[in-house]
Amino acid sequence: MPKTLAEKVYDAHVVRSAAGEPDLLYIDLHLVHEVTSPQAFDGLRAAGRTVRHPELTMATEDHNVPTLEILKPIADPVSRAQVEALRRNAAEFGIRLAPMGDRDQGIVHVIGPQLGLTQPGTTIVCGDSHTSTHGAFGALAFGIGTSEVEHVLATQTLPQYRPRQMAVTVDGELPEGVSSKDVILAVIAQIGTNGAAGHVIEYRGSAIEALSMEARMTICNMSIEAGARAGLIAPDETTFEFLKGRPHAPQGADWDAAVEYWRTLRTDEDAVFDAEVVLDAASLTPFVTWGTNPGQGLPITGSVPDPAAIADEGERRAVEQALAYMGLTPGTPLREIEVDTVFLGSCTNGRIEDLRVAAELLRGRTIDPHTRMLVVPGSVGVKQQAEAEGLDRVFVEAGAEWRGAGCSMCLGMNPDQLKPGERSASTSNRNFQGRQGKGGRTHLVSPSVAAATALTGRLTAPADLAPAEPAVV
Amino acid sequence: MDAFTTHTGTAAPLRRSAVDTDQIIPAEYLKRITRTGFEDGLFVAWRTNEPDFVLNQPQYADASILVAGPDFGTGSSREHACWALLDGGFRAVISSRFADIFKNNSTKSGLLTVVLPQAEVEALWAAVEADPTTPVTVDLQAKQVTYGGHGVPFQIDDYTRWRLLEGLDDVGLTERHLPDIEAYEARRPAWLPKSLPALPA
Ligand code: SF4
Repeated sequence: MPKTLAEKVYDAHVVRSAAGEPDLLYIDLHLVHEVTSPQAFDGLRAAGRTVRHPELTMATEDHNVPTLEILKPIADPVSRAQVEALRRNAAEFGIRLAPMGDRDQGIVHVIGPQLGLTQPGTTIVCGDSHTSTHGAFGALAFGIGTSEVEHVLATQTLPQYRPRQMAVTVDGELPEGVSSKDVILAVIAQIGTNGAAGHVIEYRGSAIEALSMEARMTICNMSIEAGARAGLIAPDETTFEFLKGRPHAPQGADWDAAVEYWRTLRTDEDAVFDAEVVLDAASLTPFVTWGTNPGQGLPITGSVPDPAAIADEGERRAVEQALAYMGLTPGTPLREIEVDTVFLGSCTNGRIEDLRVAAELLRGRTIDPHTRMLVVPGSVGVKQQAEAEGLDRVFVEAGAEWRGAGCSMCLGMNPDQLKPGERSASTSNRNFQGRQGKGGRTHLVSPSVAAATALTGRLTAPADLAPAEPAVV
Repeated sequence: MDAFTTHTGTAAPLRRSAVDTDQIIPAEYLKRITRTGFEDGLFVAWRTNEPDFVLNQPQYADASILVAGPDFGTGSSREHACWALLDGGFRAVISSRFADIFKNNSTKSGLLTVVLPQAEVEALWAAVEADPTTPVTVDLQAKQVTYGGHGVPFQIDDYTRWRLLEGLDDVGLTERHLPDIEAYEARRPAWLPKSLPALPA
């Protein structure tokens, strides 16, 4: 029977299946961070269990870590206790941990690919919904809760029900200044925040194939914002090129065997999807969100919607609630919305390519004096690479703050937070109420829109900018 | 995990759609390393900033069943959202549609998530708004929600229902299949990734 890519990966990991029960799925890689794991380790201890495969498990510190003075103990005692709990647990159960200050530390979804642990055709889980990021490599990767973290630690498996299959096809060429972030924001705006519930999304089509690995990760990352169980992209030469030579990628004859297998990981011609969404790449523009969920987005050329024009009562109420929280007036052009803070970072857009795109726009320019811009690389590796390329100097000279690696203002578990009423343009993935700090207001944007916005202090597309002054030599 | 068979209590009407888990419990409350004590973070922003918020109304203060709009529990995978609802006195949430991870987490933590058609949710909202003392029964054994003389059936897969009725945790169930796991492991190619030892960049 013809199969989709996701079905092939799923079927290759079924340990056991029985009528009337969930399948038992083998997990190739389990990523762990400090927030969703302490209760799972406690559960293991209480039951006298061990970690079945420490060598298939990798932990890092990311959510709580400060992005300033990272070599000092964490000032917030509660955050510190959580990070220390992870250190104790990793030591006790023999799990590799990349702590603050380690060369491999960073956001869990940035370091997996960076180390070459994320590989095509594998199953990857983490107590974190953005585990879907790893799907960019053709892995079946999904977020789980803490009870499931405990289950995977103990058994290296997970009971699962077979997901439904959705295809998101994007053909054509993306216009200049339009990125994969805009593609995924457009998809979510079209199908809604739970529109892909129960489904795994496969992104396909010529516009997807043309994307770099970083850009693919951005798309897959936000699959969960459309409610999908996972999102993936068939591996190809771009994937292999990215992985080759990474520390944990296969080497020598193993590499050849792996690539031979990876080449089989494609959806069969006549495989059937349960749902299909089609987008024309050429018609896309930079997208920004105006509301309090990632589905409430529009092309940046649009205006704040008017609830009075919405017939459906539930929908109208949702828009009214969002606008009240966001402090926005219907009809306001999005490009007139002023922001206080620009956040460039997160597992969505905190990779080297994202920093390069933003730095290119900022080079030789100065950000708006009333706007603060935080640049937070997704990992220590990304930070070092950016510094080697001199990007840190571009950011600092433009007036932005160059920080240490972590989740930072994506969710504000560390001191990087919006104040009540403050407004941000953020390259992260969630604009939920209070996500970036109590009372904070978030507009989700791409890295180039973030940089352009920092320059003007208003939501701005790169194309809106006047050409940069030639540098005085 | 506590078993769930049937529960009777009063219900709070949460007339909001796409309630994400950041609203159920914000990130700053996730720093705790215990499994209980999360009630202080439950809907804390709405409880603090909105005097009319349903759980601020005295007639719903003791509700143990939450009746929410569609797409409840979207966003973060934090199981703390289920724990906060349980710690806050809720045993069941009713909605026309749940986010997958939230629903999955609920079945692991003993919080019952009941899917009813939106029209039934609206009817239940109307009933508990008209009389907040209306007793509502969520019967997992009979797969039925009953209130004020109405009985509304709901679907749940037999396996999950059995696990909830018995209060069984998955790890113990999976351990019975250890031979299958070992057989699978023997077939795994040697080149699959390993995190240990740490290798130089
Ligand atoms: S960067 Fe944001 S979305 Fe990504 S793992 Fe960290 S908190 Fe979660």
